[in-house]
Amino acid sequence: MKISIRFFASLKEALKTDLIKEDLPHEIITVGDLRVYLSKRDAVWAESLAPHKNIRAAQNLEMVTMDEPIQEGAEIAFFPPVTGG
Amino acid sequence: MKIAIQAEDFDVSTELELLRKGIPSIGGINLFVGTVRDSHLGDQVAAMELEHYPGMTEKCLQDILEQAKNRWDVLNATIIHRVGKLLPMDQIVLVAVASTHRSDAYAACEFMMDYLKTSAPFWKKEHTPEGSRWVDARTSDEERLKKWQQ
Repeated sequence: MKISIRFFASLKEALKTDLIKEDLPHEIITVGDLRVYLSKRDAVWAESLAPHKNIRAAQNLEMVTMDEPIQEGAEIAFFPPVTGG
Repeated sequence: MKIAIQAEDFDVSTELELLRKGIPSIGGINLFVGTVRDSHLGDQVAAMELEHYPGMTEKCLQDILEQAKNRWDVLNATIIHRVGKLLPMDQIVLVAVASTHRSDAYAACEFMMDYLKTSAPFWKKEHTPEGSRWVDARTSDEERLKKWQQ
């Protein structure tokens, strides 16, 4: 399954990227699965996406929880809690 | 209804005029302006940078507006949020609601600000003499949401 993944704010800075494209293995079903999958890249990714980190996610511009199934061709985004206003 | 995400400043009088124009049934307008403070957590703030998620931000603000329209008598509304580099005293956000009576204008405006602060994908980065840091989300903002969910 081919998807794109965007990162924002402190997460973008830590990972030194704002957009990656991935062809996911079949066992990656949910947004939470993707988070774990990406955290295996290296120590920085592991720390930035660690389970204890307060990270929010969106799929196709809608806020979702980590158990949301990923759709084919989706744009997934990971970011810290929002601080606008 | 107007939603704008922009780097440029906004003029409150102009926006107020646009909001009212051609709607004689308006009886009250509530208007909130958020501004950049010169200190945070005991540190001086020299500047602030606002990042957002283009596409999702607009969608989210539209959704907030729709929710407000479903709950209260909203005759017209404006949401403007600035992005990019801002300095202390600068205006950050404008939420204005025009209604038949003041109670709906007050409530809808407060609701929209509370939802914006906890769900619209904006992030603030502060520049202080100690260096730059991303602003942490406040649990008090999440608490405020609960009053709208009862």
